[in-house]
Amino acid sequence: MNESLLMLTVMAAIGLGTPLIFATVGEILTERSGILNLGVQGMMLIGAVAGFWATFTTGNLFLGVVIAIFAGAALSSIHAFLSITLRVSQIVSGLALAIFGTGLASFLGRAGGNPLVGNPSRAVFEPVFTGSITEIPLIGPLLFGQDLLVYLSWAIAAGASYYLFHTRMGLSLRAVGEDPASAESAGVNVSRIRYTHVLIGGALAGLGGAYFSLALTPTWQDDPIGAAGWIAIALVILSSWRPGRAVFAAYLFGAAERVQFTLQTLGEPWSDIPSTLLAMLPFVLAIIAMIVLTSGKRARYLGAPEALAIPYFREQR
Amino acid sequence: MTQAPTDTLAVELCGVDKSFYGVKANDNVDFKLAQGEVHALLGENGAGKSTLCSILAGLYRPDAGDVFFEGEEVTFKNPKEALASGVGMVYQHFRLVSNLTVAENFALGHPDTGVRLNQKEIHKAARELGEKYDLPIDPAARIWQLSVGEQQRVEILKLLYRNVKILILDEPTAVLTPQEGQALFKTMRQMAAEGRSVIFVSHKLDEVKQVSDRVTVLRNGKTVGGVATADADTRELARMMVGRDLVLPTRDTVEDFGDVMLSVKDLHVPGDRGLEAVRGMSFDIREGEVIGIAGVSGNGQRELAYGLVGLRKPSAGSVVLDGADITNNTVLEHIDAHQGYVPQSRLGMGLAPGLTTDENLALKAYRSPPYSKGRRLVASAFRDEGDRIVDEYDIRGVRPGLPIRLLSGGNLQKALVAREIELEPKVLILRSPTRGLDVGATEQVRNLILKERARGVATLLISEDLDELLALSDRLLVIFEGEIVGEMPAEEATAERLGLLMSGQVEEASA
Ligand SMILES: Nc1ncnc2c1ncn2[C@@H]1O[C@H](COP(=O)(O)OP(=O)(O)OP(=O)(O)O)[C@@H](O)[C@H]1O
Ligand SMILES: [Mg+2]
Repeated sequence: MNESLLMLTVMAAIGLGTPLIFATVGEILTERSGILNLGVQGMMLIGAVAGFWATFTTGNLFLGVVIAIFAGAALSSIHAFLSITLRVSQIVSGLALAIFGTGLASFLGRAGGNPLVGNPSRAVFEPVFTGSITEIPLIGPLLFGQDLLVYLSWAIAAGASYYLFHTRMGLSLRAVGEDPASAESAGVNVSRIRYTHVLIGGALAGLGGAYFSLALTPTWQDDPIGAAGWIAIALVILSSWRPGRAVFAAYLFGAAERVQFTLQTLGEPWSDIPSTLLAMLPFVLAIIAMIVLTSGKRARYLGAPEALAIPYFREQR
Repeated sequence: MTQAPTDTLAVELCGVDKSFYGVKANDNVDFKLAQGEVHALLGENGAGKSTLCSILAGLYRPDAGDVFFEGEEVTFKNPKEALASGVGMVYQHFRLVSNLTVAENFALGHPDTGVRLNQKEIHKAARELGEKYDLPIDPAARIWQLSVGEQQRVEILKLLYRNVKILILDEPTAVLTPQEGQALFKTMRQMAAEGRSVIFVSHKLDEVKQVSDRVTVLRNGKTVGGVATADADTRELARMMVGRDLVLPTRDTVEDFGDVMLSVKDLHVPGDRGLEAVRGMSFDIREGEVIGIAGVSGNGQRELAYGLVGLRKPSAGSVVLDGADITNNTVLEHIDAHQGYVPQSRLGMGLAPGLTTDENLALKAYRSPPYSKGRRLVASAFRDEGDRIVDEYDIRGVRPGLPIRLLSGGNLQKALVAREIELEPKVLILRSPTRGLDVGATEQVRNLILKERARGVATLLISEDLDELLALSDRLLVIFEGEIVGEMPAEEATAERLGLLMSGQVEEASA
């Protein structure tokens, strides 16, 4: 493999990994509070369509991002209400959200007199820096050839990591996910923490969705994000609920998705591998990662929040 | 009592009601707590002590009634508000986040401003506080690494770190050795001397006599009365609690037992983290004999029980029941060999919390008639047998069709013991069978155990409660770090002697 091809692959992996970072870090924060939200796919799609729509109508890229964030959070608030206040099964509620979000996004993309579908975005995220700085070998494109949201994803992952392990709020969050009854008796408001972090998770998923429609493939289509939402849920486990590791996990999967194109360009005999087989790669990787990580003794050190997916009621026996 | 409590009221509860699923846990309860006093709260299992404490601590909201705090009416919406006013509680089942460190548990929910979690500062404060109250702790240790005694220290210090004015201790001594208990009483007196008020829940009347200034007694959710401790003797208190006179049963001395029923030879059982927890224990139990295993919890008791009942494979040694080697048998084979087992955690391991009482009572016998015919279960047998057992063993509070977890601790334990006895065991393995039970329930459970003993059952009683061990055992073994470090007939055992052995101190050769 020559150097520029490798570079292309790495750059593409970063691009494909970025929305996964947003969604994974968001889901990590949600799950750390003890709430499992399986609706990531739905929230990402709603974020994607809302962000695309806002930018499409106003031409303003940043408005698109803001609207996507709010749309993701709004959808997640349904899950928050069902699972925290009504204590509905989180699996059921999350899956419902995924299905609902997927359908709604597709509908919104086709609704109205001038549907979004097939239209290119009026504005697109471009690399922040230009000029000679990006031509430094290796680190030039890697560090300075990225768009704003890539830098934001790094900041969010680093920030979430600091927040989780070095702040008082982060401590409360971890405690609520481990043992809500103990946290509550220590004076932590369990519901508030859970609501907040389900909404943050939704907001970040929405942002991740918008990265698809405003940066990666800035034309509205019916299936703009593939299975990113589902992969993000797997990545949470792969990164053992740590935001820092989510970055590497996301890029690994970004690379796995990219590999099929890279192999095509390499020519014989690589290009003979059926592309459908290669398209499976991220999913096979996900399954293997899950098996390796969750089997045997290792599972104990994985660090899944103890109270994950268990509804909490203060006066319960 | 060193210090006279003041007359200023710290807290007053008036006419407090609280129901759960139609059961009145608190029924028009009045309670007055003076500043600077240690106030004992007495009552049978299910009398409503924990409920009352939880209302004061802001965990439960009362259905009716008023709470006055330092003369002003308050409603605590949650524990946070109670803590902010200075009311803190150490719950019957500790409320520490076990994956976090001691220091992190201190910081959790603390109203300190500031975003950053300053570990260093908290470590220092925690250590200083521990020194001040003579309760040494390691701030960097994770909760799961600590013994129950240490965890309790953390709970108490956590509240002192919040500078609470009122400390509620719900059955704090149930998990402690006598020595640890005495240390706790010293701390309680120290806190009272500082002007704090302490609510102390216990079933043990001599403890109440020793440490408290006043006593309030609850029965069936109602206040029976309050007295100054000095004016009441233990018999009177017991009568207030249960409404009748009580005599705790003790065993009669037996000279010769039957044949060896359970023989354990050089048993080794692995612990949770790979290391051996039971390191070569040997003993025989004969028919009609009760062997007591005394020890501070965490010295291999759990693993010993697991190894004997088939829940964990021993790494070496043998277990022989009535002549048959059962060392590597499955749990089901143990049950079929008529080995009964009462585990420590009633709801965790002993009973299925979500199943009904009838179902729980059949849990070990359902494979055979009358519960099943061929492969089918007979619903009416569950009902009939359930009713019979509930009647015979006086299990109270059973509501047909509702999960068993709603019963009080004493009744859960009676159900559990009843189920094991119904198996007609040859060997009974009991883990702290009267832990947390009130005097009435303790009486009943002890009677059941002694009845089985008279029937010729070989019993292994593993417990941290010396009173229980001394009352029931014919012979006592002391376990320390997985080994037997002392053995004596019950007649020669005293709480002091056992306490010393339990803490790992070797006996003088002359003793
Ligand atoms: N959270 C709850 N849900 C349902 N029932 C409850 C709950 N808490 C208490 N009860 C019921 O209320 C009654 C009083 O219980 P409580 O725990 O206050 O008793 P207690 O005096 O502390 O007993 P113990 O000595 O066993 O701890 C019992 O009948 C119990 O079953
Ligand atoms: Mg209680």
